[in-house]
Amino acid sequence: MAAHTEPSLTAGPGRRTILKTMGVGVAGLAGVPLLAACTGGAGPSGGGTESSGLTFGSGSSDEVPKKAYQAVTDAFTKKTGKTVSTNVVPHNDFQNKINSYLQGSPDDTFTWFAGYRMQFYAGKGLLAPVDDVWEKIGGNFSDALKTASTGPDGKMYFVPNYNYPWGFFYRKSLWAEKGYEVPENFDALKTLAAKMKADGIIPIGFADKDGWPAMGTFDYINMRLNGYQFHVDLCSHKESWDQPKVTEVFTTWSALLPFQDPAALGQTWQDAARALAAKKTGMYLLGSFVTQQFTDPAVLKDIDFFPFPEIATEGRDAVEAPIDGLLLSKKGGENAAARQFMEFIGTPEAQDAYAAVDPSNIATAKGTDTSTFSELNKKCADTIANAKFISQFFDRDALPAMANNVMIPALQTFLKDGKMDVKNLEAQAKTLYAAQ
Amino acid sequence: MSTTATRAGLPTAEQHRSGSRPKRHYGTHIFLTAMAVMWLIPLGWALLTALRPIASTNEHGYFSVAGDFNFDNFVQAWTQGGIAKYFWNSVIISVPAVLLVLFLSSMMAFAVSRVSWKFNVTLLIMFTAGNLLPPQVLAAPLFEMAKHFEVPYAFSDSGNMLNTYIVVIAVNTAFQMGFCTFVLSNYMKALSQDLTEAALVDGAGIWRQYREIIMPLCRPAFAALGTLEVIFIYNDYFWPLIFIQSGDRLPVTTAINNLQGEFLNDYNLLAAGAVITVIPTLIVYLLLQRQFVAGLTLGSSKG
Amino acid sequence: MSTTARDLVPPESRAPSGAQAKGVKSGKVRRLSKRDKVVLSLMVGIPTLIQLVFVWLPTLMSIALSFMRWNGLALTDIRPAGLGNYQYISQDYPPFWPAMQHNLLWLAFLALVATPLGLLLAVLLDQQIRGSKIYQSIFFAPVMLSLALVGIIWQLFYQRDNGLLNFLLGTSGTPQAVDWFGDSSVNIWAALIAATWRHAGYVMLLYLAGLKGVDPSLKEAAAIDGANAVQTFFRVVFPAMRPINIVIVVITIIESLRAFDVVYVINRGTNGLELISALVIQNLVGEGQVIGVGSALAVVLLVISLVPIVFYLSRTFGKENKA
Repeated sequence: MAAHTEPSLTAGPGRRTILKTMGVGVAGLAGVPLLAACTGGAGPSGGGTESSGLTFGSGSSDEVPKKAYQAVTDAFTKKTGKTVSTNVVPHNDFQNKINSYLQGSPDDTFTWFAGYRMQFYAGKGLLAPVDDVWEKIGGNFSDALKTASTGPDGKMYFVPNYNYPWGFFYRKSLWAEKGYEVPENFDALKTLAAKMKADGIIPIGFADKDGWPAMGTFDYINMRLNGYQFHVDLCSHKESWDQPKVTEVFTTWSALLPFQDPAALGQTWQDAARALAAKKTGMYLLGSFVTQQFTDPAVLKDIDFFPFPEIATEGRDAVEAPIDGLLLSKKGGENAAARQFMEFIGTPEAQDAYAAVDPSNIATAKGTDTSTFSELNKKCADTIANAKFISQFFDRDALPAMANNVMIPALQTFLKDGKMDVKNLEAQAKTLYAAQ
Repeated sequence: MSTTATRAGLPTAEQHRSGSRPKRHYGTHIFLTAMAVMWLIPLGWALLTALRPIASTNEHGYFSVAGDFNFDNFVQAWTQGGIAKYFWNSVIISVPAVLLVLFLSSMMAFAVSRVSWKFNVTLLIMFTAGNLLPPQVLAAPLFEMAKHFEVPYAFSDSGNMLNTYIVVIAVNTAFQMGFCTFVLSNYMKALSQDLTEAALVDGAGIWRQYREIIMPLCRPAFAALGTLEVIFIYNDYFWPLIFIQSGDRLPVTTAINNLQGEFLNDYNLLAAGAVITVIPTLIVYLLLQRQFVAGLTLGSSKG
Repeated sequence: MSTTARDLVPPESRAPSGAQAKGVKSGKVRRLSKRDKVVLSLMVGIPTLIQLVFVWLPTLMSIALSFMRWNGLALTDIRPAGLGNYQYISQDYPPFWPAMQHNLLWLAFLALVATPLGLLLAVLLDQQIRGSKIYQSIFFAPVMLSLALVGIIWQLFYQRDNGLLNFLLGTSGTPQAVDWFGDSSVNIWAALIAATWRHAGYVMLLYLAGLKGVDPSLKEAAAIDGANAVQTFFRVVFPAMRPINIVIVVITIIESLRAFDVVYVINRGTNGLELISALVIQNLVGEGQVIGVGSALAVVLLVISLVPIVFYLSRTFGKENKA
């Protein structure tokens, strides 16, 4: 029997110190509402109407793109005298919280993606249309880009900044040393992978901790087997998942599984990029933004890529080349400075400012400076320009709930045990698409 | 304090404890030392990583002590991560929340423990049960409630209660109140009825009984609960995750996850960020621990 | 002095005087003045209102939403779904059953490993051994850390290529190196150990206080009866700590149902770390927001939690009602 008879109390600390604190504390209670109330104002720009500046939410948190957007906002401020206050949120968190971000207090403008993933939020009424901006910058963009920036109601919402092709990246020196050759078709890819494995290299770098990178492989095999239109229809659930065409995608993929990095589920794409740079892996399928990670210029110079090999009659017409750019939030729609910034990002001037810092992507506006392009840049730009069909990416073409809640766990399971229950995919798709 | 004095008055404990068998607990020491080392490894490893510049770890590997040791990572994490702001956000949230929790639950506890009326047990059950619910159960409706509670833009830049500290404070308060009410009501029940009886005879009203008689007697309980709640709310990761959208308004506990995204691939920097966020708790802990252990041992040994 | 000593005896051991107190109390109600009644209703009303609005109303709304389809925007978009969401999670949603298992595993691990470990540490430290305070400080330190921070700190330790654990195992940098948080066959155990690191210290501290509260004369009596240390502990000391035992059972259950921060920090509760709480959040606030499904998952979590909650409340308040 001790002084402390109430068990929960025993977890508390010494008495005298806290006693004093408490005395002050209780007296201070009256001040609580005041303290609590001064919340909103402390943050970036209050109302939506002020035009002396704007807020800009950025999911480009990696070092290189972060600095690149900094260069853009600096250029904007220099040109217009209007301040941009940038809120950088780590890439994956930014995407994951987009729903509550847009419903809460979004910044005036923010980085996002073209395609259904933009239209979805436009359709929910969370974005402000920018048709007036497009009247001024429309001439800078191709029709394809214009279509990709249009919302479900026919209004313009998106202003593209850059895009980037997805392909297999590799180190030229390693390939030259070992005598590897770029595979033109899927069988050649398998043969090459087997050879690499025999050489003690992990043939195909892979990272899927974050869930989305594996969708790239799915998209490519799907498009090579079934064509671009099937990809689009599957993403919008006009095609059923429970059909041989989809099963075929996974059967084909399973031939690559033994060659993929077995540590995929525990690493991020940045980890996998480093493994490629260290010549631990032979090739790595990702967007050209992967080169942001190669800070050593010698490594960067040594990087090349090849498009996903041909599998069936569909050839290699389709390229996965997602477009990144800016959107205007509903609240930001009332801020003239924010519209001005949207307009700015649609000019060659702004895109050049971006590309000067982050050359891993390809500017989308006509008239941007291509004189500084590296070999790799040129190849990227050509790949996109010569493509017959450009897909965005599974998570940008499909319903967000399908991509995030269904495909991510399903693909992670597939990577683990090579099994895919397409019936289940279809059952989930039915429920989720109906819920919207 | 009177309680400890009373304990000292009891002779048995003291003599029994110190006097009789001077045992040498070798086995116990070996076991405890082994456990203690295991306990310290994760923190020690984080500290070691944080103190070494990434150049050193790149050159010598993580598993060595070669190369430089300095505080560069801490400086960089502090400035690049904006940690000072996160700390301040934590203060803005936890101080009012803890005070409100203690104030509200002391009133409630008083009412259910010192006054007999029809629903007091029912209410106490409701409060206790509420505290035991997993917060995830309430998340979606609370988010919608906050979203639909519209306020002028001058008050909140979201035009509603989302992205404000108030909603985080309010929900934390409501959620922690159950626990504190339960603990305090037990504590108050154990106080003699004679105390308030005497006051009643003097004609003291309910408020005076609460304010002038019961509250002062509950100080030890407040002290313990106050610290506990400070830690609980400071460590709360979930509610800011739900309600706060602007990264610069997150309290430090929720914001450290962002550091993980920010300092990707730079484990030294991430370790420094983690160690920095440990420091305030560690200071609180070291400061209060003396009192804490003293409080615990006073009762049985020293007096 | 003697009065105060009696005051602090826990309610359980005070049954006779409690009955007496009750008699006194009921007399008092009649003496409440009008003003007292107003004050009292404010003292009860304000906290109760807050509790109802922020805890119980949302709980009921979660239950209601679980029978609806909703995109989370206009309230007019809410459509009835019947049991559709429940059917979906139980039949079509692959992470659901693994998550249920993981939650049970979490509870079992905390109850069977972390809590006994805490008790053991407390018992050892309760002996008069040298350096007891230092040991206590060490074991208690993680309790002060948030689970989110625990996740990050252990990530540094578990990391595949640069983590300390693989180095100590000698597998670092080899193909045999285990990715402790990334490999779905081991990551739940790795996370549980991290959780134990924090939980055991908490339990230890509560039990240390409890042990100090056990009347030494009980032990002496047992020793005179010829009981050895282990017997004394289990037959005399442990039962004497009943109030603390109850608190610890509750804390263990709460912690295991609320386990969220650790897995969310590691990988958002995917790939072997699925927990119901994490699935709720993925469906409610993630990019793939499906409110009906998220709410149905929340209700499942609610129903599971009600089992220990009801058990606890009936143990704690049942007696009181009878008294």
